[in-house]
Amino acid sequence: MADWPILTLTTFLPLVGAFFILLIRGEPDVVARNARAVALWTSLITFVISLFILANFDPSNPGFQLVEEYAWMPAYNIAYLKGVDGISIWFILASTFLTPICVLASWTSIQTRVKEFMIALLVLETMMVGMFTALDFVLFYLFFEGVLLPMFLLIGVWGGPKRVYAAYKFFLYTFIGSVLMLLAILTMYLTVGTMDMRAMLDHPFASELQLWLWVAFFIAFAVKTPIWPLHTWLPFAHVEAPTAGSVMLAGVMLKMGGYGLIRVNVQMLPEGTFYFTEFVFVLSVVAIIYTSLVALAQNDMKKMIAYSSVAHMGYVTLGIFTMNQQGMDGAIFQMLSHTIVSAALFLCIGVAYNRLHTREIDAYGGMAKNMPRYAFVFAVFMLASVGLPGTSGFVGEFLSMLGAFQVNTWVAFFAATGLVLGAAYMLLLYRKLFFGKLDKPEVKAMRDLDWKEVTTFAPLVAIVLIMGVFPASFKDVYSPTVEKILADHQASLKAAGLIKPEEAQAAGLTVTIEQPSGAVSGN
Amino acid sequence: MVAMPDLLPALPELFLACAGMLLLMIGVFRGEGSLRLVSWLAVGALLVTGVLLVLGPTERTVTFSGLFVSDSFAVFAKLLVLTATALTIILSQRYLETEQLARFEYPVLLVFATLGMMGMISANDLIALYVGLELQSLSLYVIAAFKRDFAKSSEAGLKYFVLGALSSGMLLYGASLVYGFAGTTNFDALAALFAAGETPAVGVIVGMVFVAAGLAFKISAVPFHMWTPDVYEGAPTSVTAFFAVAPKIAAITLFIRVLVDPFGDLLAQWQQVIWFCAVASMILGSLAAIQQSNIKRLMAYSSIGHIGYALVGLAAGTEAGVRGVLIYMAIYLAMNVGTFAIILSMRVQGRMVEEIRDLSGLSKSHPMMALAMAIFMWSMAGVPPAAGFFGKFYVFMAAVDAGLIVLAVIGVITSVVSCYYYLRIIKVMYFDDLTEPLERPSRAASLVIAGTALFTFPVFFIFSNAILTGAATAAASLFQ
Repeated sequence: MADWPILTLTTFLPLVGAFFILLIRGEPDVVARNARAVALWTSLITFVISLFILANFDPSNPGFQLVEEYAWMPAYNIAYLKGVDGISIWFILASTFLTPICVLASWTSIQTRVKEFMIALLVLETMMVGMFTALDFVLFYLFFEGVLLPMFLLIGVWGGPKRVYAAYKFFLYTFIGSVLMLLAILTMYLTVGTMDMRAMLDHPFASELQLWLWVAFFIAFAVKTPIWPLHTWLPFAHVEAPTAGSVMLAGVMLKMGGYGLIRVNVQMLPEGTFYFTEFVFVLSVVAIIYTSLVALAQNDMKKMIAYSSVAHMGYVTLGIFTMNQQGMDGAIFQMLSHTIVSAALFLCIGVAYNRLHTREIDAYGGMAKNMPRYAFVFAVFMLASVGLPGTSGFVGEFLSMLGAFQVNTWVAFFAATGLVLGAAYMLLLYRKLFFGKLDKPEVKAMRDLDWKEVTTFAPLVAIVLIMGVFPASFKDVYSPTVEKILADHQASLKAAGLIKPEEAQAAGLTVTIEQPSGAVSGN
Repeated sequence: MVAMPDLLPALPELFLACAGMLLLMIGVFRGEGSLRLVSWLAVGALLVTGVLLVLGPTERTVTFSGLFVSDSFAVFAKLLVLTATALTIILSQRYLETEQLARFEYPVLLVFATLGMMGMISANDLIALYVGLELQSLSLYVIAAFKRDFAKSSEAGLKYFVLGALSSGMLLYGASLVYGFAGTTNFDALAALFAAGETPAVGVIVGMVFVAAGLAFKISAVPFHMWTPDVYEGAPTSVTAFFAVAPKIAAITLFIRVLVDPFGDLLAQWQQVIWFCAVASMILGSLAAIQQSNIKRLMAYSSIGHIGYALVGLAAGTEAGVRGVLIYMAIYLAMNVGTFAIILSMRVQGRMVEEIRDLSGLSKSHPMMALAMAIFMWSMAGVPPAAGFFGKFYVFMAAVDAGLIVLAVIGVITSVVSCYYYLRIIKVMYFDDLTEPLERPSRAASLVIAGTALFTFPVFFIFSNAILTGAATAAASLFQ
């Protein structure tokens, strides 16, 4: 199996499925049924194949593995180059895992133009997997931007009442963020002479150039992540998108930003990272506190979860730029946890929306009485989002804060207040939805989760709990890679004369106290 | 008795000239109703010309006492022009028949215009340049007013004629200044003159700028673009389809040759002119199109914008820049021909429509056509992985390499702005409700749409190396 071009297979299999769906002809409801079935099977097979990536992946090797290389534009040193390392592997699996869940979630809720919907979803999967596996910068950029069009259509065709505005805002906002990245990529290419990202990782770029490049990449990834104040597209996109669109957006697309920050800003531009660390801390802390407060004031469930996403991604950026083992481990863990939790929360909202067709929090109440299964599932994800120990959310937030605490106590302090606010709005949401009197007749008439919804949620609940009680199973896959990234970072800073040797040793010390923190996180 | 010049390098042109005259005779003798026959014969003639081009000499050959040059650059550009013309003739047939314009002169005029363009591309002398340009322009003036009973078409023809004549005059005036101060009109001689490193006389520079202005008219670069929207809107749609592609490719390759070949060493003098034209075209092309409701006018502004991006590559003035422009024009050809094939298929109950809102709900009535249009719009917006992205990618790469960072930044930002109106077409097709379904497109149109759409995505994406190598060889031949 290891000899197979397994990454290419995972990337393009959804596209093959989309092609077959395109060919389906016949009566509208037959077409819809077949399109759903093909999409589900394609995405399930893709997920199974992607598990082989994990099986063939050697966590102790921090370099790129399963590398596939084919000549594409040899005259320009642009190649079809794919590979995984510890950073990217979980995101690939997250993409392939969430797609079948999205297909299931759209099974009954999408009734118009099912064929096109499933095509868009599968194309989106191809783009996401392609982006996480790309090791050539052109390929990376292609897939990074390639998600825009399917997402534009998902929001614009199947979205809510203000979908056109939201779709435009999403597209133009993220596109303008990333075009400057294109120029930065070109500059790096002209400096290094190849688009091979592995060569870029080793190339020491000139100090001043690094700052400019860093800013260009940061804007692109900050829009995608999103980092305050570039997050304003996200609430609109989330609110108007259909459930599957929100799940994909929160579950995977936001992680493209975090992944890019690690892969490009941290790994390729160490001096830029060094220079801008405080700046990112400030943005992260503002994001955590400000968007938590904004979330507190929302009366639209989706909007509230959207703002909470921005806050949670604040912990991610905070953790990444602490540049120590706990912080970055925590940031990646937080991204994975957020993938599952936010996707699940949007699915939960989808459940309620499909029954009552409103996202107003005030329209619900007392659902714990007539929908106990739903209340349980929602509770699990709500608590994971708050960061209750034993759920996945705790590990990520805890490690990021631990990392931040070593670098700057004030930053850690302010980030911790965000935890309190996060608990406040999530518990408030839960209280309003599930407790209180069950006095609204239309709420009383709502059915509890059916077996299809239970099968959708069961794996998500399981993963949240496994990540919570046994984080090492996830963390150990990427920790060696993180260790190497940090070591490389220290080495390049030393080479640039930005830190003195003794400071470098001190930074090395934080790596050695990694063991106890791992033990703590296991609690 | 002057010795007979070497005819071999000009064989494709000679063949096309004879074929054009033959087609005219056939048309005259068979009279009305010979459009179909003449059209297909014209396509055949263009095909044969293409074959002759490919088989012809690849190394740089100069003939007719230095008036005419044939090199890889010319071959590449001519192949693009021939493809564009042939596809336009194929697409035009049904339109001409349904619009009562079925006259055999149409394909013949296109063939003569193409001949002029080939002359332009191969010009190695300011005089040869002018002769080629005028042969092209005169044919275009006539076909712009081809729907002569229709005021808008006549107006378009007249407007095009007056402004075209003005630009020709400027070009000729510039050429005379260059001749007056430099003493020659031959490109090689001029290049040798400037390569010596002497500071050129002011007259030469003024002359060069006049020549550049005349050519900027032909490619409708801002600030010489005023005629474009009106002519595009007024001319019969099939003519607009032709205007948008073949003459643009010919004029921009001519522009490249003039600036790089004889005036290559005056880069510092013309770079800022091109820089300004590029920036102005990109900005106008992206902003002015937002308000348009007529799709032909929209395409006019869109083409102004695209010319701006192509000029970014030219402004770099390097081999990489020229290569970028050639790749850009090849992609531009595919997406524009495809888009116009769809515009030519916009018929509701037997009449042509050309408003953007007439496309509403196209994804429901013609899903494949809507998909193709979405690919074209996506590509024109420059969003990867469609081909249009690679076009922009290579010109911006050249610009960054040449240190024109500001130009590149303006370019990428305007491309985001232009996204808005390209997305609007996708929005109309996919988000809006169906009003009146369009008629089925003709078989020829369907084939052209499918072919160009597949080329735009994914064929170019997968097999781009072939075109890149071709463009690289072509650009290298210019810089020998």
